Amino acid sequence: MPVNPELQGRVFPPTEPYLVGREKVREFARAVFATNPLNLDPEAARAAGYDDVVAPPTFAVVMQEKTLAQLLAEPDAGIDFSRVVHGDQRFTSSRPIVAGDLLTATLTVSSVKTLGAHSMVTAESSVTDASGAHVVTAVSTLVVRGED
Amino acid sequence: MAAASASVPSFDALEVGDLVAERSFELTRDSLVRYAGASGDFNPIHYRDDVAREVGLPGVLAHGMLTMGLAVQPVVDWAGDPGRVADYQVRFTRPVVVDPEAGAVVLVVAKIGQLDADARVARVDLTVTFDDQTVLGKAQVRVSLG
Repeated sequence: MPVNPELQGRVFPPTEPYLVGREKVREFARAVFATNPLNLDPEAARAAGYDDVVAPPTFAVVMQEKTLAQLLAEPDAGIDFSRVVHGDQRFTSSRPIVAGDLLTATLTVSSVKTLGAHSMVTAESSVTDASGAHVVTAVSTLVVRGED
Repeated sequence: MAAASASVPSFDALEVGDLVAERSFELTRDSLVRYAGASGDFNPIHYRDDVAREVGLPGVLAHGMLTMGLAVQPVVDWAGDPGRVADYQVRFTRPVVVDPEAGAVVLVVAKIGQLDADARVARVDLTVTFDDQTVLGKAQVRVSLG
């Protein structure tokens, strides 16, 4: 089944609020080989003017995972997860994510393109904090391979 | 907001082509399992040889997002604060195959690609290689040094 072209432009309901935990930030930081003390040490982060440890630049992938799960679960999407390859990824931040943030992500499918048997889906997850202010936008292009 | 720090690179001293940082990362299967748990991406092609083989892959692969996540770390250390990274993009061009015994070594070289004097933003371009081949394309980090 090909990817449904009518997905283009679809906006999904915001995800459940996600509370960024200090240990989650540290766990993620260690997993991406971060060595900067602001990622790991609350006192160093406070000394630099933050409320708590600062998440690495790609931490918003945790939020993006939740929105992509919404997309894959959409009954009419026609996206077979086993055929999905990650094409490219971008994070554009207004400010870094810090432990203690309560974040919500809203997914927009900005484009669906078909190239022969393959489809390219661009998914944009906009992450906002408890005040509604923009924190980061994660843009992911997924290549969905067609049937052989 | 990014606070002032003694270790902030001086924007005015930078030139296009300057080497910013260089670092090698030794990935093992343990690194992939750790990243799966931290990120929530439990796709079995990142830890099961049988599943990787079944879908026609040369072996268990590192998560593209793990490669992206680690490749920016030398730039974070150079900038002195992860909060200075305003924008980061990559294209996934080749997989990193992680051998169960030997692991995989990923090399990152970061150089100044462009300087925006008005915004005081440095674009740092990353060359990320595994087995002498580039694994990320158009890997660019915009670092705010204002």
